[in-house]
Amino acid sequence: MSLHHATAAEIGRGLHSRKYSSVEVTSHFLDRIEKSNPLLNAFVTVTRERALDDARRADARLAKGEGGPLTGVPLVHKDIFCTAGILTSCGSRMLSNFVSPYDATVVERLDAAGMVLLGKTNMDEFAMGSSNETSYFGPVKNPWDTSRVPGGSSGGSAAAVAARLAPVATGTDTGGSIRQPGALTGLTGFKPTYGRVSRYGMIAFASSLDQAGVLAQSAEDAALVLGAIAGHDPRDSTSVDAPVPDYAAGLARPVRGLRIGIIREFFGEGLEAGTGAAVRAAIDSFRAEGAKVVELSLPNLPLSVPTYYVVAPAECSSNLSRYDGVRFGHRSRDPRDLIDLYKSTRGEGFGAEVKRRIMTGTYVLSAGYYDAYYLKAQKVRSLINADFRRAFEQVDVLMGPTTPTPAFAIGAKTDDPITMYLNDIYTIGANLAGLPAVSVPCGLVDGLPVGLQVIGPHFSEERLLAVAHAWQRATDWHRRLPAAYA
Amino acid sequence: MAIEWETVIGLEIHAQLATHSKIFSGSSTAYGGAPNTQANLVDLGYPGVLPVLNGEAVRMAVKFGHAIGATVARRSIFARKNYFYPDLPKGYQISQYEQPVVEDGTVEILLEDGTRKVVGVTRAHLEEDAGKSLHEGFGSSTGIDLNRAGTPLLEIVSEPDLRSAREAIAYMKKIHTLVRYLGICDGNMQEGSFRCDANVSVRHKGRREYGTRCEIKNVNSFRFVERAINHEVARQIELIEGGGSVVQETRLYDPGRDETRSMRSKEEANDYRYFPDPDLLPLVLDEAFIENVRQSLPELPDAKAARFAREHGLSEYDAGVLTASREVADYYERVVAAAGEPKLAANWVMGDLSAFLNRDGLEIGASPVGAGALAGLIRRMVDGTISGKIAKDVFEAMWSERAEADTIIAARGLRQITDTVAIERAIAEAMASNPGQLADYRSGKDKLFGFFVGQVMKATGGKANPAQLNELLKRMLAGP
Repeated sequence: MSLHHATAAEIGRGLHSRKYSSVEVTSHFLDRIEKSNPLLNAFVTVTRERALDDARRADARLAKGEGGPLTGVPLVHKDIFCTAGILTSCGSRMLSNFVSPYDATVVERLDAAGMVLLGKTNMDEFAMGSSNETSYFGPVKNPWDTSRVPGGSSGGSAAAVAARLAPVATGTDTGGSIRQPGALTGLTGFKPTYGRVSRYGMIAFASSLDQAGVLAQSAEDAALVLGAIAGHDPRDSTSVDAPVPDYAAGLARPVRGLRIGIIREFFGEGLEAGTGAAVRAAIDSFRAEGAKVVELSLPNLPLSVPTYYVVAPAECSSNLSRYDGVRFGHRSRDPRDLIDLYKSTRGEGFGAEVKRRIMTGTYVLSAGYYDAYYLKAQKVRSLINADFRRAFEQVDVLMGPTTPTPAFAIGAKTDDPITMYLNDIYTIGANLAGLPAVSVPCGLVDGLPVGLQVIGPHFSEERLLAVAHAWQRATDWHRRLPAAYA
Repeated sequence: MAIEWETVIGLEIHAQLATHSKIFSGSSTAYGGAPNTQANLVDLGYPGVLPVLNGEAVRMAVKFGHAIGATVARRSIFARKNYFYPDLPKGYQISQYEQPVVEDGTVEILLEDGTRKVVGVTRAHLEEDAGKSLHEGFGSSTGIDLNRAGTPLLEIVSEPDLRSAREAIAYMKKIHTLVRYLGICDGNMQEGSFRCDANVSVRHKGRREYGTRCEIKNVNSFRFVERAINHEVARQIELIEGGGSVVQETRLYDPGRDETRSMRSKEEANDYRYFPDPDLLPLVLDEAFIENVRQSLPELPDAKAARFAREHGLSEYDAGVLTASREVADYYERVVAAAGEPKLAANWVMGDLSAFLNRDGLEIGASPVGAGALAGLIRRMVDGTISGKIAKDVFEAMWSERAEADTIIAARGLRQITDTVAIERAIAEAMASNPGQLADYRSGKDKLFGFFVGQVMKATGGKANPAQLNELLKRMLAGP
């Protein structure tokens, strides 16, 4: 078995048993990146020297018998996480020259765990997109079919792990940006409860929805990385001060007698037949293993997309005001005056989708429209929340598809934002309610991966990981690689 | 008959809270640092950074709420006020909007005619200050100093209860006194720690509805507030009486030309697109915290003044003057504690001490004559060592030489003469040297009594005990 067939957990064990060194592992992945990234375009920055330094340091720790399960294991960060001394572009021309002076909490914690940074991955501009086509650095290709999108906004992280250019990656999920690309590239995409992981140093898109998470080969890998990044951070007032369970140890928790709710609204119009069949088959096998399955209705859930496209743009319109050409990032040349500086800098620095959302957000917060849009959306958001709360009085987890279809062709939806937005119809609900959710591979349709989404109550990460792990012990979908990258 | 106009004023006071660090970051709030040396990544609004609320700023706001008998909100919300300006790094200011931490308080002011008036305080909310744009010294460019960005402010909004510039000043001074008593603001107006915007309108006396108001921005001294309001009232009345009408707008006071001029009209006003800041949780205060802050309140000026009047027998006016500043009140109390004699102490603090402080431009904390030293001087007056007249000279010497009263009295031989024999000898000499005056006195010219007092005082260097001198002189002049 070649090194890149190993999961992050397996590499960690191999390093501890001295089967290979971190430098060897790191070099292997760096070579794969060099070979495959020109086609896939998964990386904005490859940090070769830094990676080898990290690896040597990890090897020194391992040689002394120190380090944890992730020490010496390579990873990639979505380019939304600030990394000290390294370009942090957020997929935007606006930050295409921004070298962050500091590390995000997520970066700091994985660094402390001894992980090796291979590079920063491509993404939709400011995480606004579902196909990775809005990036200033060009689209990312899906390793399963390079004419197709890998999903977004964490498309670079997904493609990198799917093609095994890295064993594991960080991502962020505001409306499905981890789970959707996870589903479209055959990965385990884990979005924790809002507040479980610090947002400090993670460039904000929509602050009340953004949450850091993991794109991994397995539930076990997700558990290890989540365990390292989760927990209270005094620098983020919305991070929750609650103990972090040992997620890896909890993986083996029995899931017998699990009460599963099927979300009726997720199986209606728009769901591609093959995807629906694969997801139903997966749920049936849980039933066969002793789970109790009931169908539930969450009547307000279909309002998720319109609600999201008021709340998220509203927050982004304010969050992105700081990009004004004054202190960092892109600045237009020779502005005539202050207003011209703002207009030209922002006109040049932001792409079309970001501008669309800033304008939408500015509109919904404007005097005279606030009540009709922003306030109403907040009310619907609490109704959606209540739907989930009621559901979790009856069941332990909710299941359904992660996306309506497998990966679509590059360019297929770029002219029609609404069709693009509907791609996140199943994932947005968990963000609006702040719930943890995971997408696990559950089949292939015409050679393209399909994801099963599992949503749990707040802080049920352990349960979700145990369910995903049980599924992966019974199946091998998560072990399949795109043929070109085997 | 000419129409009688009534002025309606509401004030928005910005008090910079005296915390060590900023409201949402750990940077120092010290004044006067080199530009941009007190601005960290949070203050600079870097990508990915987040605000964390300074608990001390909250405690100070709650203190103020208690001091004005206001409602302290159990739950309040921080919102974003969105607008673009180079000295506003994030493109929005974090401020409390719909749910402020303090609501519905009152303060009492003393008017010139001696009556008292209750002024409503609508709300007081927490917010962050912006940086400064520097327009001089950069050629055609503008410099930005973000040291002030993120400094905590308490914005105190009054009801439109004030009816003249004088009332507005009295209210502003009252708030100024209060925040300094509470130790939540240094009150330094030159450095901008205490600033004021005034909403001014006029209406016919007796009308219920308000006239259209103008907001006068940043009037940063008591004197300017008065002048700016008076100017604005005159402008509005003239406008209306000339057949025009007041346009709602923001105006800037120019102290150099003593006029206000338009900054922007209502139509040009920004749409700030306020919405709750998703980076900050609602500010939830529990009863224990609120009560704990209440317990920590110092004695407030009104209570202190009432106590001075009651326990020290001071007039209401004197008690008011002495309590206008906490430092003065504390000084006065220390003098009384050491020397007794509250009325004498009050006269000295409000009289010579205050005059000397003014002359030298000193705050009471920097007085060369401390409370203990002044008490020492008062004790020497009370025990008859020196007269009140000599005491003034001693005080001046204490001031310039920074010495105790006893040291000055001893060094200069100023001890009062209370020895009857010595005074009698001086009187006898004065009588012997002025036989003509003595004869005139004895023949009925009573006014010459003062002449003999002067002669004896001259001979004793002013040190003869005045009461003793009076008594002995009367007896000896009357003849054997």
